Amino acid sequence: MSWEGWLNALLPYEWSLLAIVFYVGLAVLYWRGAAVYRRQGEAPARWRSCVFWTGLVLGYVVMHTQFDYYAQFMFFMHRIQHLVLHHVAAFLIVLANPWQILAAGFPPGRVKQQLARWLASSPIQYLYRGLQYPPVAGFLFVGLVYLWLIPDVHFRAMLSHPLYLVMNWSMLLDGLLFWWLILDPRPQALRLAWRLVLLWFVTVLQLVVGAYIALSRSELYDIYALCGRAWPIDPQQDQVLGGILTWVPPGMMSALAVLLLIRRVMRNQVSSVAG
Amino acid sequence: MVRALCVASVLFLLAGCGGTSPDWNGRDVTGVLPDLRFELTEESERDVTASRYEGKPALVFFGWTNCPDVCPGTLRSIDKAIQSLPDGQQDEVNVLFISVDPERDTPRQLRSYTDGFGPQFIGLTGSQSQLSSLTKRLRATYGYGDSDEEGNYEVSHSMAIYGFDADGQARVMLESNRPTEDIAEDIERLLSLS
Repeated sequence: MSWEGWLNALLPYEWSLLAIVFYVGLAVLYWRGAAVYRRQGEAPARWRSCVFWTGLVLGYVVMHTQFDYYAQFMFFMHRIQHLVLHHVAAFLIVLANPWQILAAGFPPGRVKQQLARWLASSPIQYLYRGLQYPPVAGFLFVGLVYLWLIPDVHFRAMLSHPLYLVMNWSMLLDGLLFWWLILDPRPQALRLAWRLVLLWFVTVLQLVVGAYIALSRSELYDIYALCGRAWPIDPQQDQVLGGILTWVPPGMMSALAVLLLIRRVMRNQVSSVAG
Repeated sequence: MVRALCVASVLFLLAGCGGTSPDWNGRDVTGVLPDLRFELTEESERDVTASRYEGKPALVFFGWTNCPDVCPGTLRSIDKAIQSLPDGQQDEVNVLFISVDPERDTPRQLRSYTDGFGPQFIGLTGSQSQLSSLTKRLRATYGYGDSDEEGNYEVSHSMAIYGFDADGQARVMLESNRPTEDIAEDIERLLSLS
């Protein structure tokens, strides 16, 4: 591909100020924060930086490049977009546990103090605890997948630009919340049993909706035929692919999370025995 | 984002209450799609904006004049649907056939194509940026296949008939293969909103 082709592929299909502020903002904060830690001789582990940047770049690519065009006009590409936002990018970003580095990257001053006060305020803390109450978090995580896949809601979300933005951002933000609840390294944040039950719950329910879409004989999402597909593909094939992408990879991400949790428990046991 | 959230909430509320929207045969897109807005070139070679067609409901269909089946079939269905309306109503609707193949569909070519249908049919086209800005606005897409040895290529386009009321507000989206009676009924509903 020529450089012009690459540039076009990297340019957003629809410019979004919010996407620029969010992704560039996080990138700058992490970059600055990592530099602060390096100066103190406590550079973040290479794997942490690596998963953070991978998650951030993946989220940006599916949301704010020509990938978004294909996600608007192909059902299976739309499913890849949501898989990345809800399961992969969000998972990787919180796996890096970047909060202290991001905070260190925020320029000191009144704005930082006000933001810290606002985040610590009662309404925000109540809201956060409500959203992170395990049954609520589980229902919200899987409920959003179901909500945006209800054919009539999906039709409206793909036609209305504001609703489309709300759909995509809700997937990313909810993904960050849910995976932080699961992967939070502090054992006291949530009991291991709760984490495993939540993972089982969301995996089973996503498997059900993915299988239903993949095995459905009728065309569930006519919006792609109405608005035109990005390239000619059999509508049934598009739907089957989309269904499989909703069915299998989310289960793999849950399995990966279970492995990480078990590894963490084993390491803790080894260190306590050694101690 | 706050604006998007507000608009989305209103959309959900609208979807819930239904309001006074007629019971369409197609999909109700009131408040979901934006109003009709474009800058294009008419078959008369005049540069026009969407406001030129306000005052009458408009059906919009994207296509190309070399289209082998979907475009002529759809335009014929719309033509028949209009002819089935009472005499006084037939001229009260515009059909905007927007070619997404400006390379081959010159205004003159468009005029001779739409002459094959009723007087309500108006051909329009524009530059790639004008066309993509309109299709982006209506959340549609189009594309071109590879050229054969003679330079002919396929054009993929939206399969929807977009129905706008006399004020240019989006009201209904119909699949292009809808029966003529369904199209006629929805045109009557559009007219009843005027």
